Amino acid sequence: MISISPWLVLAGLGAFHGLNPAMGWLFAVALGLHRESRRTALLALIPIALGHMVSIGVVAMAVLTLGLVADQRSLETAAGMVLIGWAIFHATSGHNHRVRIGMKTGMMGLGVWSFLMATAHGAGLMLVPVLIPLCLSGSPASDLTAAGSLPIALSAIGVHMGAMLAVILVVTVCVYEWAGLSFLRRGWINFDLIWIAALTITGIVLIV
Amino acid sequence: MATWQPDPSFYPSPRMAAKAPKETLAYVAAFDPDRRKPDAIAVVDVDPKSPSYSQIVGKVDMPNAGDELHHFGWNACSSCLCPNAPHPHMERRYLVVPGLRSSRLHIIDTKPDPRNPEIVRVIEPEEIAEKAGYSRLHTIHCGPEGIYVNALGNAEGKAPGGIFLLDSGSFDVLGQWEMDRGPQQLAYDFWWHLGHDTMVTSEWGTPDTFENGLVPEILLGSKYGRRLHFWDLHKRKHLQEIDFGEEHQLVFELRPAHDPTKAYGFVGCVISLKDLSASIWTWYRDGDKWAVKKVIEIPAEPADPDLLPPVLKGFNAVAPLVTDIDLSMDDRFLYVSCWGTGDMIQYDVSDPFNPKEAGRVRIGGIVSRASHPKANNGALNGGPQMVEISRDGKRVYFTNSLYGAIDPQFYSDGIDGWMVKLDVGENGGIKFDEDFFVDWPKGHRPHQVRLEGGDCSSDSYCYP
Repeated sequence: MISISPWLVLAGLGAFHGLNPAMGWLFAVALGLHRESRRTALLALIPIALGHMVSIGVVAMAVLTLGLVADQRSLETAAGMVLIGWAIFHATSGHNHRVRIGMKTGMMGLGVWSFLMATAHGAGLMLVPVLIPLCLSGSPASDLTAAGSLPIALSAIGVHMGAMLAVILVVTVCVYEWAGLSFLRRGWINFDLIWIAALTITGIVLIV
Repeated sequence: MATWQPDPSFYPSPRMAAKAPKETLAYVAAFDPDRRKPDAIAVVDVDPKSPSYSQIVGKVDMPNAGDELHHFGWNACSSCLCPNAPHPHMERRYLVVPGLRSSRLHIIDTKPDPRNPEIVRVIEPEEIAEKAGYSRLHTIHCGPEGIYVNALGNAEGKAPGGIFLLDSGSFDVLGQWEMDRGPQQLAYDFWWHLGHDTMVTSEWGTPDTFENGLVPEILLGSKYGRRLHFWDLHKRKHLQEIDFGEEHQLVFELRPAHDPTKAYGFVGCVISLKDLSASIWTWYRDGDKWAVKKVIEIPAEPADPDLLPPVLKGFNAVAPLVTDIDLSMDDRFLYVSCWGTGDMIQYDVSDPFNPKEAGRVRIGGIVSRASHPKANNGALNGGPQMVEISRDGKRVYFTNSLYGAIDPQFYSDGIDGWMVKLDVGENGGIKFDEDFFVDWPKGHRPHQVRLEGGDCSSDSYCYP
């Protein structure tokens, strides 16, 4: 099996999450256009990234905490099942969310929106297969311990966030300054389908 | 079923939508005023290059009689691209067609054969009453939380009327939209400013005050609707009410600016009790409140009482009766239907507070009975009513019936249906397309027109 550095995977997933227009850069561009302010578009990326980070962080902390009480095998199986369940939920009712945040939102609302979007999409769950072995490798006894794993988990979130922020920054600047939004008509491919496939495959990998 | 790319008829902004290809088909609601045979959605060929141009080329009958099809809309539209609630991988495919009288909701699939659409689901009034608490379904809009339907009555056919949501995928009734309706009781139309998180609703009356025709005592007592309501679109909470005053009755069609950054729109008021005039009002953001200003007043025309129906005889004048308006995609031209006098007036509303007349045609009318070059009958009845504009703003379609029970109050000898088309000049100005006249088959009257791929009252946008 080809082994890819888990850090690279985390960064790659960060880039993937960032590219998805539903994860925030499009909202930032829209707010910039509405308020005729490049500054607004760029500033909006901060709460979007933070909201995403909190959502991922909650999942990572849950994994760490569960890792303290459960063995790795049952943790992986449970996580795999949650991922597949999430994929099914996403495929069947992903379009059906109560909309709480609109175009007049402030930065706080944007952060909440980003948290809700990332959580509803199961963004954090997608990282679980990388997080489990990564956190395990942090302790010589090959067992999850809070002290050994916490810094690694935090670094993992940091790497993911860094990649996501870099991508949304580049996309936002390109779209706001040059490209415009007309490419969305054909170019907005169905990230949800990829997302559902990714969640399902990750879930299966964890269980098997 | 989710698609891989957004529907090609979704556009991020109204500017982009204005470059959409020309429509080739129009869907038109047609109803039997006698409520004996089923109403239908007719398909009209609007492609000038087609041999069947200006003809009804297909239709789908409703399963029951007496629905009174009136307004209808698409299951999905450009608002699916909104950044805060994106669901772009849907198809604009189904027409959501309510019966105003029956409260029955029909879902019609236009995809397998756009000229022969078929009914794929019927939601019975009992289900809507039970799950949403409403009846007498009117306007349909696709929006951030699914398909919005408004209703003129509650489950018992009384006030309050309001809005409920349908799931945009399954069409299941999700329930009442309002979480705090404040003082709002009457309903007629609704739409929103997506860029300002605001919904706007207007007022007609409760079903018992219009289902047998307009009641003169209620009208003269100023008891029909005369207010606008402004709501927080996402908190679903009533924010503000604006009363147009005792003089004004029947505040109907709402046309917010298509550009989501603009915070103004137009609404028509059918009649003034003072002088029978009709008026257009601009609502706008004034500080942290909404405000309105009357920007157009269309006077009544003196007329020989012998030519007037009983309701107008005593006034020696024909009221313009502005019953529908529509705003072009570039927010530049407002079309105003004067169902009484027979005028279709085009205003340049580039400055929303100072509209300037840019064009006018006359057809039908209570007194004028103006004709059309292609009409066999030299004296048309009914007048300009439901009006729809192509996305590029170059073509305007309209029909001539208002509402089954009200038609004979103003057109005593009944209404023979027709549908016509206007061509719009580069800088305004309107004239009839002399080759386009649909002499509507007897037994049905045409009402709202929806254009293939969307039109100027079907879609809303999140980007300027």
